[in-house]
Amino acid sequence: MSARDDVLTRVRTALGTTTGTGPTGGGGPTTGGGHAASATDVPRAYRSRGELAPGSDAAVEVLVDRLVDYRAHVHRATTTVDVATIVGDLLADARAVVVPSGLDDTWLGALPTATTRVADSREDPRTADELDAVDAVVTAACVAIADTGTIVLDGEPDQGRRAITLVPDLHVCVVRTDQVVHSVPEGVRLLAPHPERPQTWISGPSATSDIELQRVEGVHGPRTLHVILAPPR
Amino acid sequence: MSTFLGIPRSRGRGHAPVADEPFGAVPHPDEPLRWGEDFPAAARQALQNTQLRRNLAHATSTIRAKRAAVVGEVPDWEALRDAGSAIKTDVMARLPELLEELERNVTARGGVVHWARDADEANRIVADLVKARGADEVVKVKSMATQEIGLNEALAAEGIAAHETDLAELIVQLADDMPSHILVPAIHRNRAEIREIFLERMGDVPPDLSDVPRELAMAARAHLRRKFLSAKVAISGANFGVADTGTLTVVESEGNGRMCLTLPETLITVMGIEKIVPTYTDLEVFLQLLPRSSTGERMNPYTSLWTGVTPGDGPQEFHLVLLDNGRTDVLADEVGRAALHCIRCSACLNVCPVYERVGGHAYGSVYPGPIGAILTPQLTKGSGGLGGHGDPNASLPYASTLCGACYEVCPVKIDIPSILVELRAREVDADRGGLPTGWGAAMKAASFVMSDARRFELAEKAAGLGRMVAGPKGRISTLPPPASAWTRSRDLPAPAEQTFRDWWRTEHVAPDPPADPRAVPPSVPPSGGDPGSDAEGGAR
Repeated sequence: MSARDDVLTRVRTALGTTTGTGPTGGGGPTTGGGHAASATDVPRAYRSRGELAPGSDAAVEVLVDRLVDYRAHVHRATTTVDVATIVGDLLADARAVVVPSGLDDTWLGALPTATTRVADSREDPRTADELDAVDAVVTAACVAIADTGTIVLDGEPDQGRRAITLVPDLHVCVVRTDQVVHSVPEGVRLLAPHPERPQTWISGPSATSDIELQRVEGVHGPRTLHVILAPPR
Repeated sequence: MSTFLGIPRSRGRGHAPVADEPFGAVPHPDEPLRWGEDFPAAARQALQNTQLRRNLAHATSTIRAKRAAVVGEVPDWEALRDAGSAIKTDVMARLPELLEELERNVTARGGVVHWARDADEANRIVADLVKARGADEVVKVKSMATQEIGLNEALAAEGIAAHETDLAELIVQLADDMPSHILVPAIHRNRAEIREIFLERMGDVPPDLSDVPRELAMAARAHLRRKFLSAKVAISGANFGVADTGTLTVVESEGNGRMCLTLPETLITVMGIEKIVPTYTDLEVFLQLLPRSSTGERMNPYTSLWTGVTPGDGPQEFHLVLLDNGRTDVLADEVGRAALHCIRCSACLNVCPVYERVGGHAYGSVYPGPIGAILTPQLTKGSGGLGGHGDPNASLPYASTLCGACYEVCPVKIDIPSILVELRAREVDADRGGLPTGWGAAMKAASFVMSDARRFELAEKAAGLGRMVAGPKGRISTLPPPASAWTRSRDLPAPAEQTFRDWWRTEHVAPDPPADPRAVPPSVPPSGGDPGSDAEGGAR
């Protein structure tokens, strides 16, 4: 008997439901809530949405409060030109900046001409060593969750491959205020249509509390996180 | 000074910690779920380590306060716990179909699913995969499942160096130590000890390294950077495996997880079969419960979710090893199976008065604390871990005061105290019949004495003699056997100078002592069998 059949038989025996062996693997994906119904009723009295409307000033305020608490740096832009100015200021000293293929080009309008723009995409990826030689990365975001100060990247062309927001030491992330939701369930439900996309949930810079529970920001991931809040598209 | 390559020494038959090792006494277990002496003996030894107790008291009180603050700000916390608990109950009930669904979806997205009955089989699968890629080293994300199966030791035996990349796991690995906490494996070490370990074993640290946590963390960053950028194979665990999408999740803080999950060409994930959640949207419950319970943060810095292989982004080869290793034995127990609901947050360790004093090593398992006390004996049930005579794990259900704090903080509402009581009862029941034990004989004697008022009164008078044993400090610290079973671990307060009955007589009858004290006051039942019940109007 294969290990697979053996383990599944043990599970069925343990549950006292030894009938039926089920399919033996293969078959198509059931992505996208094809299995929403549960055998046991799960009480879901928790909040499926927060009190604050998506994209509202109040929701953005909560996001800012949480980000600052995690020692991320928050900047506010009222126009696209503002975004470019802030990006230019933040990266004034960067020699090389990695840019995902789908990034809004106007955001880089104020980048010094001496700064090298390193292009990266799934089709033409940079190696880890090449990324290690880059000072910073600029990306967009997919959704931001105010309650927990979380920015979610889902690897679309304006956010790029996971490695580009990991290896460089400084991450500038542009979040549009209309991407801000109040609660975790609202964020998850926005992401649910595309679970196959590789996601990175980011809540502040990397950190550790492994030594005497004292928090130290900046370990292996980017040591500095700048969040620019941009106006809705 | 020598460079420590991360290859653990071969571990002998689980012997007790040796005191003259460079970083203090550390356990060297043969079995990650069963090492050292039984809990009472190990706890007694741990209690003598004042440094350990100071480190633990500081760490657990810090994290308790953080957790309480961030849980307190969630108005629907109890509703989230109810949902988390019910989802896990549902997962256990439907485990066969959910496992098959997960396998189907991981496979459809380009992943390869393997099944392992036990630790040896899982280690074999991983070692073969690593060797087939021509790699002689791997980077690892902190994972309880791989700790449980002793993967690092198994890989070392095959000539493969496994580099732990979580800071605390790195500290533990460099010291050739064992983890003592689910979340913070080096919680038993303070900054000065960690500095010593780095200087002695890391090989590439500046000699003027201080013990400031930031500097220590930066030394680890520099040490691991090259390994991350050059690693071909990474090994991880998983916090959640989503059946309906095939999505795997790793929750972490330092970015070492992202490094391992993103940069190498091949990713191998070892996941216990109980780590399934049915649907993607169920993550909205657990990604709220876990971070706040675990690190006491609103959200951990990084959470990675991936589904099979994404062309052009991340590892282009993904293997998922589904691990039983005793879990189906736990599942077979209708009461005990709730232990499989655990999401490894470690909140129960941080609130446990027993854990705070004895630390993780005393539990003799990679799963310490209250959850370990119910999980370890059940996972090792097949080899005598539950009620087996002479098995150290059989003592674990007694490693608790049953205060209930663990149940209060558990994000998925595992009723740990009730399961502990159940496991104790099983052990006692298993011992019924045959020769009476000392404990059984004592209980029978107590029953005989306490069922009759006169016998009880005589016993009370006899107990008064204990005052002579107690001496001026009013405590009895040593008694001859069999009573020594009690005084070995606790003092016995000296019996009161006066028994309750004597006190009652003086207070109520003193003005005019009658010949028969039981005649007055008339409301006292003639038998005197319930001395407290008619006390109204008395001296109090």
